[in-house]
Amino acid sequence: MISLEWVSDYIDIAGLDPKELAQKITEAGINIEKVISNHIDNLVIGKVLECTSHPDSDHLHVCKVDIKSEVKQIVCGASNVKEGLTVIVALPGAILPGNVEIKKSKIRGIESDGMICALFELGLEEKTEENYNKGIYECDPNLPIGEDALKALHLDSTLYELDIHKHRNNDCYYHIGFAYEIAAILNKKVTLPELKFKTIEENIADNFSLKVETKKCPYYLARMVKDVEIKESPKFIQKRLIESGMRPINNVVDISNYVMLEFGQPLHFFDKDKLGNKIIVRDAKENETITTLDHKDRILTSSDIVITDGHHPVCIAGVMGGLNTDVDEKTKNILIESAIFDSVSIRNTSNRLNLRSEASIRYGKGLSYEYTNMAIDRACYLLEKYANAKILSGTVKHDEIDKTPKTVTFKAEEVNNLLGITIDTKDMEVELNRLDFPYTLEEDTFTVTIPSRRLDIDPNVNDIAEEIGRLYGYHNLTSTLPNVPIKKGEYIGDVAYRKFLSKRLRAHGLNETKTYTLVSPEMAAKFTYDQKEHAVLPNPMSVDKSVVRTTLIPSLLNVYQYNKARKVENIFLYEISKVYDKNYEEESKVTGLLKGDFVTSSWKQEKVKVDFYIVKGIVEDLLDSLGFHNRYSFEKSKEKDLHPGISATILLDRKPIGILGRVHPTLIKDEVYIFELSLNALMSPVKPIKYKEAPKYPSIEKDVAFVVKKEISASDIMAIIKKKGGRLLENVTVFDVYTGDHVKEDEKSLAFKLTFMDPNRTLTDEEVMSIFHTIIDGVTKELQATLRDF
Amino acid sequence: MEETKKQFEQEITLVKNLTDLNELKVKYLGKKGIITELNSKIKEIPNEEKKEYGQKINALKNAFQTLYDEKKSAFEQDLLDKKLQEEAIDISLPSTKIVMGSPNILEKLIEEIESLFMSMGYDVVDGPEIEEDRYNFELLNIPKGHPARDAQDTFYLKDDEILLRSQTSPVQIRSMMANKGEKAVRMICPGKTYRRDDDDATHSHQFMQIEGLLVDKNIHLTDLKGTFDVVAKRLFGKDTNVRLRPSYYQFTEPSVELDISCFNCKGKGCSICKNSGWITVAGAGMVHPNVLRNCGYDPSIWSGFAFGFGAERLAMLKYGIKDIRTFYMTDLREVKTFDRKEAKND
Repeated sequence: MISLEWVSDYIDIAGLDPKELAQKITEAGINIEKVISNHIDNLVIGKVLECTSHPDSDHLHVCKVDIKSEVKQIVCGASNVKEGLTVIVALPGAILPGNVEIKKSKIRGIESDGMICALFELGLEEKTEENYNKGIYECDPNLPIGEDALKALHLDSTLYELDIHKHRNNDCYYHIGFAYEIAAILNKKVTLPELKFKTIEENIADNFSLKVETKKCPYYLARMVKDVEIKESPKFIQKRLIESGMRPINNVVDISNYVMLEFGQPLHFFDKDKLGNKIIVRDAKENETITTLDHKDRILTSSDIVITDGHHPVCIAGVMGGLNTDVDEKTKNILIESAIFDSVSIRNTSNRLNLRSEASIRYGKGLSYEYTNMAIDRACYLLEKYANAKILSGTVKHDEIDKTPKTVTFKAEEVNNLLGITIDTKDMEVELNRLDFPYTLEEDTFTVTIPSRRLDIDPNVNDIAEEIGRLYGYHNLTSTLPNVPIKKGEYIGDVAYRKFLSKRLRAHGLNETKTYTLVSPEMAAKFTYDQKEHAVLPNPMSVDKSVVRTTLIPSLLNVYQYNKARKVENIFLYEISKVYDKNYEEESKVTGLLKGDFVTSSWKQEKVKVDFYIVKGIVEDLLDSLGFHNRYSFEKSKEKDLHPGISATILLDRKPIGILGRVHPTLIKDEVYIFELSLNALMSPVKPIKYKEAPKYPSIEKDVAFVVKKEISASDIMAIIKKKGGRLLENVTVFDVYTGDHVKEDEKSLAFKLTFMDPNRTLTDEEVMSIFHTIIDGVTKELQATLRDF
Repeated sequence: MEETKKQFEQEITLVKNLTDLNELKVKYLGKKGIITELNSKIKEIPNEEKKEYGQKINALKNAFQTLYDEKKSAFEQDLLDKKLQEEAIDISLPSTKIVMGSPNILEKLIEEIESLFMSMGYDVVDGPEIEEDRYNFELLNIPKGHPARDAQDTFYLKDDEILLRSQTSPVQIRSMMANKGEKAVRMICPGKTYRRDDDDATHSHQFMQIEGLLVDKNIHLTDLKGTFDVVAKRLFGKDTNVRLRPSYYQFTEPSVELDISCFNCKGKGCSICKNSGWITVAGAGMVHPNVLRNCGYDPSIWSGFAFGFGAERLAMLKYGIKDIRTFYMTDLREVKTFDRKEAKND
């Protein structure tokens, strides 16, 4: 939260419309999400001249209120209204928060020309029962009657709520840094606040020592002040803290927060008398403990940084002070710390302890050493002025900061080339001056020094191009198209397969789903036919999203349940997604789920219900469409989560590539069928497409039926038929499967249609009959089959 | 003969059906038919008259045949008409449903974007979802301990090295590396990404990003604006305007937010654009020189831009979907709506 009134201490923004300014700032890159303007028209200070009871009510009052220009009659229901009070009056036309418009009206027959307000009615307090009972706000009686009320109460400032990327968090979340940003946009200069103070002869170094024993504290600066007078802060400090969302406590604590909000540098104040004469900054010891200001015991680890008095921690560096050295109402002497700690370490400590403080947030973003010095001086100035502190001369300091300035050398052309526009050297100088970036220009080469307050800028031409570009204004950029060769983009690798199969599956009526990669251990335990071990998250957010799936089937079953619960009858789903095993080995799966009627009609009886063979047909189509005709087969599956009698393993070139079948009835009672294929396996090479002429010569068809034992499969018989049939046997299909009358209990009849053809001539019946008999002999002998009479 | 002709001309008009017609044919042209009989009498005709007699008989035959054919085809037509009449159905009865499956709502939008970018020469690629830290962060100019990592609270699988990718940007790195700093790159990558977010109406621990990258020579920020202009107009209508706003990403510099003028209120301000008239749809920028260098491209020769759309956000805006979980539930009652051609946007 940035207060414009506060910012105006450092930069002249008088007369600017806060909304227009916000727009400019947003366009230049700092997103102002909300402009909170505490101004209400027709809201004035008034004085109650007269207060009588309403003739027609036991709690309403009729007041005569002086608002300087006139005296208004206002009906007021607050219990605390009385003659002589100075109050806030909303006149007709005022629009209060919540879009409440004040109008002239009659209340129980008595005219009321406005409203006397409580703070919650102005959005300045929460509307709680307590605040409600307090009634109207009783103002300082010295306020000028008729004056704009929020202005008179010093509550009229405009606040900017920022939503900015992390990189500008460190320089735009404090008022001076924000002033620099406005200065660049408006081409104005920043005036820094007063930093000068008197010192007494006594020097801090006389009786105090500092030692830094950790690399995570490159900069530590301390000053000492004596005889502070703890009291309430001046009003402007209190007001500005409140606006920034901080609670005023006393002048000393408030000053430390105030300076932090000014310079972005957190300060820590130690009660010097509790602290002693020594500070050692070091890495914490494993399991070292400290009680922090919030009265909680904290256990530290060696990655934390602590400030110690030589023996015990007195502060978790950059996060929170210790209770043992805190400033209280009896404090007289203070040691002020202004330091820089390793930002990563502070973030880690803060996260681990789940302890986020104003200081840790700022340390976590990184700080500029220039402000570390200024902030401590500013605090001394304010303590001298508002707490009558005596400031000891000298500082104690540890300084290992690399102060080499970051410079970048470039030509105007390089910046222009990146942006795609032409800014000439002169204009570029203007932009650099606005940014307050020192530079030299020799011929057409700039050398720019990046100020240390801008930690976000790296010394390269792109960073400078961004700074110049955003001030120049991106709305000034034209639209061009890249000057690149014309080509057609393509789906590459597995994406191409995914798209191809997706189209095919949609054409078969399956709906595409997207489900989560992370599943529960229960889901992961289902359909483990691949026998892959699972990758498990070491720190999951919840158990139900803790395992990386190796199959999509359980996820599709969830989608099935979701839709079934919503009374969807016919559910056809597919998903193509990647899965990973314990070794992070990647595989893409093509998975389908089908349940219900494949072909439906509301009134005809001839529905086609999904069964194993429809799903098998879809799988075969996928395989055929990829060019695997004659290269795949099916064999009985042992997958525990499929129906043991209605399930198959799908083989390609005799290697398993997936499964299909009915989901085991113990998992789902309904007749739900699934299939899953490895897309990786389907990406193996196939023959190119070749034209095949339609047959010119007639084919001859022969039918035959065999009675065999039930356990003999159709594919067993077909294999023999094909083997015996030779090259003239064009095709074999099953056209009847029969059990029942005339066939023994443990037997079944399978009827086949055989098609014979020679692409080069017409076959004779004799030669076909000869092959036909060979086939019959083969099947009857090899499978103990008998020929069935029709 | 004249008599015979008159006779059959009259008889044929009385015929009522195909059977009677055929009987009539037998009567005249059958083995013992009247015309057949007349024909057999040719033996008794003197030779010099035989020719003329024969011609007359033939004319008589033809005359009968013509009448017969006409009558027959009339009867057949009647029969057919009658049969077809009987076959008539109630066309108002409901159809037998022929249904194709629907694309996932998100996928539909992604496919639209893919085809748009493919037409501009971008390949559509994919990369691993389980990624190495260096691809997901380090080579993208996000070293360990960098605060930018905090914003992408990442699912780590093994120590600090193996993770579920928190963005599709590692595919940029992989694409550039595959081209070894030698060839230009133009690709988009729509892909799954993962972050430690609690699922609610606007957050999802799994979501889709559409990453894009163009690396070539002499590429400017204005090219990004122009490209995005094409995309925005195609997706949201030809009167859509685009705006670049300064922003920040570790792997692009300068970085921008890509805004489109609100398609709902046309820039006047409404609830969709939070009264600003603009909607942010993507983050983008010029590829950071460190990233180019990390992938073997010399920034003094090569330049490029990169962008990233949030697919769910885009789909939620475009179709007015309120809950991000919609995309991961697949309520079949909802998805059918999306199985159709998109309205024309140009």
